[in-house]
Amino acid sequence: MSEELAVQTEVRQKNKAIDFSVYVKQFTPFVEGLKKWSSGIPLVLLFFAVWEALPRLGIIDPLFLPAFSTTIQTLFELAVSGKLLLHVLVSLQRAAAGFGLALLLSVPLGFLMGWYNKFERYTDLFVQSLRNVSTFALLPIFLLLLGLGESSKIAIIFYGASWQILMNTISGVKSVDPIYIKAAKSMGVSDWELFKKVIFPASIPSIVIGARLGAKIALMVVIAAEMIGAKSGLGFFIQNAQFNFMVPEMYAGILTLAVLGLVVNYLLVWFEKKTTSWKGEIGSSILG
Amino acid sequence: MDIIVAEKVHKKFQLKHGQQVNNNGVISNEIEVLHGFDLKIKKGEFLVLVGPSGSGKSVFLDLVGGLSSPTSGVVYLDDKPVEAPSAKTGYVFQQYALFPWRSALSNIEFGLETRGVPKEERVKIGRELLSLFGLSDFEDRFPYQLSGGMQQRVAIARALATKPEVLLMDEPFAALDAQTREILQNELIRIWEGTDTTVIFVTHSIDEAVFLADRVAVVTARPGRIKDIIEIDLPRPRNGDIRSSSEFAANRHKVWGALKAEVNKAQQDWKLAPVFSE
Repeated sequence: MSEELAVQTEVRQKNKAIDFSVYVKQFTPFVEGLKKWSSGIPLVLLFFAVWEALPRLGIIDPLFLPAFSTTIQTLFELAVSGKLLLHVLVSLQRAAAGFGLALLLSVPLGFLMGWYNKFERYTDLFVQSLRNVSTFALLPIFLLLLGLGESSKIAIIFYGASWQILMNTISGVKSVDPIYIKAAKSMGVSDWELFKKVIFPASIPSIVIGARLGAKIALMVVIAAEMIGAKSGLGFFIQNAQFNFMVPEMYAGILTLAVLGLVVNYLLVWFEKKTTSWKGEIGSSILG
Repeated sequence: MDIIVAEKVHKKFQLKHGQQVNNNGVISNEIEVLHGFDLKIKKGEFLVLVGPSGSGKSVFLDLVGGLSSPTSGVVYLDDKPVEAPSAKTGYVFQQYALFPWRSALSNIEFGLETRGVPKEERVKIGRELLSLFGLSDFEDRFPYQLSGGMQQRVAIARALATKPEVLLMDEPFAALDAQTREILQNELIRIWEGTDTTVIFVTHSIDEAVFLADRVAVVTARPGRIKDIIEIDLPRPRNGDIRSSSEFAANRHKVWGALKAEVNKAQQDWKLAPVFSE
């Protein structure tokens, strides 16, 4: 009996070992991504060191470039007071509204243009003409037409973010491997099922890339829009600090912007990996 | 009883703008792939089509599958002209064509979904097929996690899931290595011998044709039509050992005899090999 027990424990231990290895495996990509990511840290630290040194050594007037530590201190104070957070949230809200609108309109439009050649023929010239006008050049027009309120800002973000999403959706639809379509048709799918079960999932990787680029543009455009006509938001904060010669505040705002961009990018890369895990590229790096 | 009858089938393709082809001295922007293609396929038989590249074998499968229609002539399936993909046919492609965003099981469920089979039933059928192909432990795997041989097993299972009367197989094992290929041939023949499914199988391998077929239909160089039909008089059930028998060699010799001249003709034509467009 004791022998049997021993065998059982052995089996259990073996199972435990297997379970553990699976557990470790799940985190391997993350750990490896972190390792890769961490090799970038020294250069960033070097940059901060130079930033700290230049004003301290009197090479640059601290009035124009406050030391890194001063900037961080200001940033900390701003963060604690909650002042900065408010502006960040306002900017994020605007960016999200414009980006969401772009997603809502550009993805369906992209499917139409990518799938129906005729529809594309009628619309392509118009779309291409609009696309090649710089978003910032149109900013005054949006302000004139929609005023200084929220709608003009959201509209311009929508405009800027749309193109990448639209173009990537179109190319996603066009590059669906015809063999998938043939296979689905051989199984007697209806047109709607073909779209829902083949064209749509097959285009997702491309759409997600478009969304990632679109979100980056949304963040860029919101700052610019807030610099021109706004009373809140990170763009306004930086601009306002500059006008009032609150130089450390200005740098703190820019630093926040950098961190924000980094976080948003990582989130989007993570989302991209998550939605396209069936492509089998998980191992590359979770942090992009 | 004949389940499939092809009568005087012609199929022409329009070449892309600016492309031309020289058909015996006549310059044309059309290419004729099938010319007077007549073939009767018996219910429940395993028919293999062999013929040089470009002889329209795959085009014929598309016609039977309802994925393309003949320029003239008719293909009948169960006495009805084929006009659209039918629930009676299943298709297996050389490139597997599994949907990469679906797991093995979910790929097999695809055809059943379009027929409105409820989830439980789909999963049951899918699992049965996976176990038939020895893939029970792989139902959650995505295609990229499977070897070529496994992917093609899943693709065959997907085509069989809807219990088709006719299984169309377009060089299904051509992309596999030699060993996997033989193993899959053995598996296919084992599974097929237990059903009454009609199979139309396209291949470039004479060994494969002789091992699998009841009859081998030899297609001429382009434009394709049936040149010869060879009865394979090997006993069933067949297994891998039969490949080294003298009867196998004799059958192989017969098929090659009919095919040789066509392959040579196609070789001379090779430089003109065009790119088709719909």
